[in-house]
Amino acid sequence: MKIIVCIKQVPDTKGGVKFNPDGTLDRAAMLAIMNPDDKAGLEAALRLKDQYGAEVTVLTMGLPKAADVLREALAMGADKAVLVTDRVLGGADTWATSTTIAGAIRKLQQTDKYDLIITGRQAIDGDTAQVGPQIAEHLGYPVISYAQDIKVEGDKVIVQRQYDDRYHVLEAQMPCLITALAELNEPRYMTPGGIFDACAAEVLTMGRADLVDVEDGNLGLNGSPTKIAKASDKVRKGAGEKVTPDSPEDAVAYIVGKLAEKHVI
Amino acid sequence: MDFTLSKQHEMAQTLFKEFAENEAKPLAIETDENEQFPRSTVDKMAKYGFLGIPVPKEFGGQGADILTYVMCVEELSKVCATTGVIVSAHTSLCVDPILTYGTPEQKAKYLPDLASGKKIGAFGLTEPGAGTDAQGQQTKAVLDGDEWVLNGSKCFITNGKEADIYVVIAVTGKVEKRGKMLKEISAFIVEKGTPGFTFGTKENKMGIRGSSTYELIFTDCRIPKANLLGQQGKGFNIAMHTLDGGRIGIAAQALGIAEGALERTIAYTKERKQFGKSISAFQNTQFQLADMATKVEAAKMLVYKAAMKKAEFQTNPKVSYSVEAAQAKLYAAEVAMEVTTKAVQLHGGYGYIREYEVERMMRDAKITEIYEGTSEVQRMVISAALLK
Repeated sequence: MKIIVCIKQVPDTKGGVKFNPDGTLDRAAMLAIMNPDDKAGLEAALRLKDQYGAEVTVLTMGLPKAADVLREALAMGADKAVLVTDRVLGGADTWATSTTIAGAIRKLQQTDKYDLIITGRQAIDGDTAQVGPQIAEHLGYPVISYAQDIKVEGDKVIVQRQYDDRYHVLEAQMPCLITALAELNEPRYMTPGGIFDACAAEVLTMGRADLVDVEDGNLGLNGSPTKIAKASDKVRKGAGEKVTPDSPEDAVAYIVGKLAEKHVI
Repeated sequence: MDFTLSKQHEMAQTLFKEFAENEAKPLAIETDENEQFPRSTVDKMAKYGFLGIPVPKEFGGQGADILTYVMCVEELSKVCATTGVIVSAHTSLCVDPILTYGTPEQKAKYLPDLASGKKIGAFGLTEPGAGTDAQGQQTKAVLDGDEWVLNGSKCFITNGKEADIYVVIAVTGKVEKRGKMLKEISAFIVEKGTPGFTFGTKENKMGIRGSSTYELIFTDCRIPKANLLGQQGKGFNIAMHTLDGGRIGIAAQALGIAEGALERTIAYTKERKQFGKSISAFQNTQFQLADMATKVEAAKMLVYKAAMKKAEFQTNPKVSYSVEAAQAKLYAAEVAMEVTTKAVQLHGGYGYIREYEVERMMRDAKITEIYEGTSEVQRMVISAALLK
């Protein structure tokens, strides 16, 4: 069994979020960590490895510095690491990102057959939850999102998909893609020996030229349909007006009056 | 000269810090209060290879280096000095002498279980009448056929009752040296459960209260002849060399205690308000913190340097790290005592309350000036090298 886990390096929000003067995230001022949902996805893959002897490949797209999370994943027990990095891929939104990652996976599929692709549900910096399902769409794979439990039986996966008040049990034929929740498990620590091996290991680096079946128009900033017009910090709302009417009727009359005053009704 | 940590050491530091915060810190108060050996933490450390960090992979270890091991003891000791010393005594005092002096058979038999943490190690040198003066040993080992017969006792043994494998020093005869009759001292590997090997009293200690400190008693304890560690008569050298390595571990423990106390004090002085402002706004606090941080940093440099020197020894056995280890332990231990004492003072009344933990750090710090060679012994080692 071969598994690809897509992981992302994100700013650690534990020490507080820092912004540039233009309202964008000041990534340099924040520590970088492996996205928590992705780490749970990696742990799920490593447990499948422990159980069935799978080979786990971690893949990330980002600046060369993103290799740090790949090394962390290797030190936790992943077998291979792939870094997709290229200037022309920068500034990508979820569409351009998923296009890029799908192109990189197609490249890997030229030499190996992969049964399972696991991504995190969403990254703590963008919170879109779009990239995982989009990758599945590009590759024509079934997708099961929000996995809180993953089991493998033969060539099928049986996944519990989390809902607010229940979970669905879904079965899918592999190859398929699963998006993992941080609640899925408690990720293991690295090991000291794993760290030493990870630092000596080779990380396969891919650029634009390595991506298979992708068009330039779908890559990087230019290939991103989402344009950010303006980024700003959340403006705190005031405490508002507090009133204590004598009766429900008075309260209704007061609210209706206010709504009429603001021309809402 | 490069003071930048390598990528692997940076990652290892992150790992140990996270582990210490998540696993060891929540148990530190009850470990101290109830004198409770932190078995669950030790099991987790075993799982992640923390008990075989500098052991080559061929013996089931992690194949990492001494600096990585030092960082592990340091980060653990920042939050719980008991947990730190368990790793230190196991690695430096039991695993290291077997790795350095063991026969291929001894290494194959003992190292995999020790490195994986399946078994815990301890070291028995100290006796009621033989602490700093190792020649005062009374424990005897007599060869009887294919077995050594041990009689005597060892005291203040770290990991005492919790360990499974013990490196024990004993007198095996007399030798003439420069016209004087001296005790011939040898080292042995003793397994828990060997008939005649029992435990005496558990010590009720001032600090590191969760570490299992016991007396080991040998009464006609018969061990295989093959359990002699190193050559017969080389036990004193083995013990001294083992302690050189052990001192780096204790220096790392002392460093961790000092760092832990400093971190807590910085946070506390920013929070605590007196006379309408935080006490960190007072110059006395600022200057005290500056002195504490500077000494901690100097201690760190000495400890890391000693670790690097020991790593050098592993590729070139002619290299001695005895002085570096003594300097690191002497300085780090005294800094730990000074910094924790100041930490309690800067915490005021709260510093004297157990919940605030700096008082535990102060109690824990004291032992680092005593065990594995007192500060006075370290000064003897350093000055002897200067004046030889």
